Amino acid sequence: MLTLNSLLAVLPLIIVATTAVVVMLGIAWQRHHGVTALVSAAGLVLALLALPMAYGAPESPPLMQVDGLAIMASTLVLLSALVTVALSHHYLTGYLGPREEFYLLLLCAVTGALGLVASDHLATLFISLELLSMPLYGMLAYSFRAERSLEAGIKYLILSAAATAFLLFGMALIYARTGRLDLAGLAAGLAASPDSWTLAGAALMLAGLGFKLSVIPFHLWTPDVYQGGPAPATIFLATVSKLAVFAVLIRLVLTAPIFESEWLLTLISLLALITMLGGNLLALFQSNLKRLLGYSSIAHFGYLLVAVVAGGSLAVETTGVYLVTYLATTLAAFGVVTQVSSPFSGEDAAGLHHYRGLFWRRPWLAAVMTVSFLSLAGIPLTAGFIGKFYVIALGVADSRWWLVGGIVAGSAIGIFYYLRVMVTLYMPEPGMRRRDATNDWGNRVGGLTLLATAVVILLLGIYPAPMIDWVVGLSAVP
Amino acid sequence: MILVWLILIPFLGGLFCWQAERWGDKAPRWIALATMLFVLVISIVLWWTGDFSLPDGGQSPWLLEWRAPWIPRFGIEIHLALDGLSLILVALTGFLGALAVLCSWHEIAHRVGFFHLNLLWILGGVVGVFLALDLFLFFLFWEMMLVPMYFLIALWGHSGSAGHTRIRAATRFFIYTQASGLLMLVAILTLVFVHYANTGVFSFSYDVLRGTDVPDALAPWLMLGFFIAFAVKLPVVPFHGWLPDAHAQAPTAGSVDLAGILLKTAAYGILRFALPLFPEESQAFAPVAMTLGLVGIIYGAVLACGQQDIKRLIAYTSISHMGFVLIALYSGSELAIQGAVVLMVAHAFSSAGLFILSGQIYERLHTRDMRIMGGLWGRIPILPGFTLCFVAASLGMPATANFVGEFMILFGTFPTAPVVVVIASGGLVLAAIYSLLLMQRVHFGPVHRQGSLPGPDLREYGMMLALVALVLLVGLYPQPLLDTTAAVSGPAAELFTDGKLSTLAGEVD
Repeated sequence: MLTLNSLLAVLPLIIVATTAVVVMLGIAWQRHHGVTALVSAAGLVLALLALPMAYGAPESPPLMQVDGLAIMASTLVLLSALVTVALSHHYLTGYLGPREEFYLLLLCAVTGALGLVASDHLATLFISLELLSMPLYGMLAYSFRAERSLEAGIKYLILSAAATAFLLFGMALIYARTGRLDLAGLAAGLAASPDSWTLAGAALMLAGLGFKLSVIPFHLWTPDVYQGGPAPATIFLATVSKLAVFAVLIRLVLTAPIFESEWLLTLISLLALITMLGGNLLALFQSNLKRLLGYSSIAHFGYLLVAVVAGGSLAVETTGVYLVTYLATTLAAFGVVTQVSSPFSGEDAAGLHHYRGLFWRRPWLAAVMTVSFLSLAGIPLTAGFIGKFYVIALGVADSRWWLVGGIVAGSAIGIFYYLRVMVTLYMPEPGMRRRDATNDWGNRVGGLTLLATAVVILLLGIYPAPMIDWVVGLSAVP
Repeated sequence: MILVWLILIPFLGGLFCWQAERWGDKAPRWIALATMLFVLVISIVLWWTGDFSLPDGGQSPWLLEWRAPWIPRFGIEIHLALDGLSLILVALTGFLGALAVLCSWHEIAHRVGFFHLNLLWILGGVVGVFLALDLFLFFLFWEMMLVPMYFLIALWGHSGSAGHTRIRAATRFFIYTQASGLLMLVAILTLVFVHYANTGVFSFSYDVLRGTDVPDALAPWLMLGFFIAFAVKLPVVPFHGWLPDAHAQAPTAGSVDLAGILLKTAAYGILRFALPLFPEESQAFAPVAMTLGLVGIIYGAVLACGQQDIKRLIAYTSISHMGFVLIALYSGSELAIQGAVVLMVAHAFSSAGLFILSGQIYERLHTRDMRIMGGLWGRIPILPGFTLCFVAASLGMPATANFVGEFMILFGTFPTAPVVVVIASGGLVLAAIYSLLLMQRVHFGPVHRQGSLPGPDLREYGMMLALVALVLLVGLYPQPLLDTTAAVSGPAAELFTDGKLSTLAGEVD
């Protein structure tokens, strides 16, 4: 039954959806870029403030499960969306077409993500996933006059549709065996030894979700889409979308016993292994920063798949910690790309040569970039190390030696290209013309947010205890 | 709290140097010098006032200890402790750090502030390695010192011939150490989880983990995880690929730090962690380790003879010297382990001296290629004499510290592994050959180009004199050094108690 109490549990979602409507009406009434951004940010902040209330709500609405995992993921979704909004404003000031709709799309996608992380039923899962994906097509193709952006949007649209078909087929197969669509029912219905139909269904669902996470071999869209999409859209795709999908994946794995079948675990382990190695290997010789980060994010989700394989409460904790560190790091890395490409003027400045000697022109921007790349590489005193520590610890605790070996090898390969980018920042400048951040970048909201993100990365690396406590507190439930 | 300051001072000093660049080039140099001298003074004061006698049963083996909770979820603490060995090495870090600042006084001309930031952060990380007792903290410092070292080589290094660029050398250095470090992290974590499975308590504490009952099937692997990480840094021969390039391409200060201190962190790690955590496995592994040490001695020496680049030559001699240290550490003899400590200190002085000298020659000739040197004895005043001193030290001439170290190592190891000692002694002959080759090619022989070059200025003179004095002082009167570290090497030797080693060592050879 839908009661007032259960509505309280989805209050953040309602707030974000309302903000989307307000933004839409506002645009219809009068266009104003600054106000639109401000209203969107305010809505996201309000939703963040409503999260503790939602967690305290006595019951969840039907089809949804607002538990610790959902709250944790919602917090991260809202924070990432907030950073994206902060970075978008400066970026879009240079865009000549309508700018305000970007925020509308973003808010719709956030609504989808919030629903996705709390979904307790395959129907909500599917609807939220689509609500998350549809606006993303628009966001990626936002600067549709640029060829690459349009290409990115269409590519993502087509491949995403194919993945959705996989997901639906998998759901249908499982429904055919169990007759249930809610996760609890699925868990009960699948408790008996799985037959090949249910296994095939689970594998198809995995493929569908794995596409969104760009797990190899479903990764082919990633580099092109990362490269082509406008930087804020790419940030959103790399953070909110992946995070929400991973949260729902881990929820599926934890509730449905089918994922404990040895055959599926071997399959996921194998996928994890080729994803972490393949992602790193493919990134080795990229000279486009956004492509490189795309491959790097493939590798990172390969590491994170260890949590799916291992299962158990430590896995949820690892997922939480790793996602926090991944988010902070990715936001900072893409944030720098956004700043250098702001304000919008055609294709983003993502070629590595744009960043040559950045330290001697923009020391703070380069410092942020260095910190985020050190964190991506998992060097101590940055957040990334804590994440990597957790993943390796989980692998060791679960005696998954192959996966641990894969993480070690993957990190060693990864170091190579992270260092390559880092050292470029400090090289002497060549005489060629290049794009640069505007002089006042550090005084703008986006720039300040970026600096704050870098500080967060360092703080999490130096004193992670509060963050770990927070994650442990929220992941203890299931 | 003074231990925390020992680590923080270089880090804060580094930040300060970076910002001090706006006051001109001189400011960062003086600040960096003052910072390192401060660290040196603190450690000398601690040494002067400390009591290094062997502790009785119940007494804590640590001279100073400091701990605070850090990540309670996994029982990780900030646990620092200092004993004689750490103290000596911290003092060495302070001294060589000051030398590194001094020797780059003229060599580094651009981005001075950022250079000193990196330099001091390396040293801060090294001090942290020598003081950390929590395994997580140790690993953190171990990895952390790589990043500034990478920048030091990549940004201020010399580009060598084609295919030997400085960035390539720096990257290789980083990947070698990082990958092996991750193996150590896996080993540490496995140890922690084994301990957790046994007791239900998470702890990264050295004292706690020493008592862990590791399953027999797992223990050798864990020991290897630690050993490989240290072997890469030492370096032991199959893992030495990064060293010659890193040395050759690094600026003088980087080479001094690398050879003088960074290599010592590996020996320290073996002595502090690998041996005490896995005594039985290490004992079983000793023949292999000793063989690797022997291979290193011979291989390093032979390759040193064939080098054209003066810094590469010195780099290969480091491999050879560290082979002796490795043999001593796994000998299970107190005398040999003490000898290893002396040799570590002696090698730090002599190799630092040689690297600084090659830096000074480079400043005058703008080449490190020995084929176009020759006959410098008549062209540069005084410097060749100093070179002779350090070359003599490097080949283990009596009255130098290196002699004391090598003698003690060979003498101490002889009862347990005579064959190893016999072969290793052959390495001493090779040492004489490469040392004299260096001398001959650079300072004697036909004059390659005419014209006299400027002699050392006051700064260069001072650095050299201080190093020569220390080499001779430790060589003539090593007793204070031995007294300070006796409390460490004694228990380390007792880890190998039964007579199993001698028979095993006999079999391998």
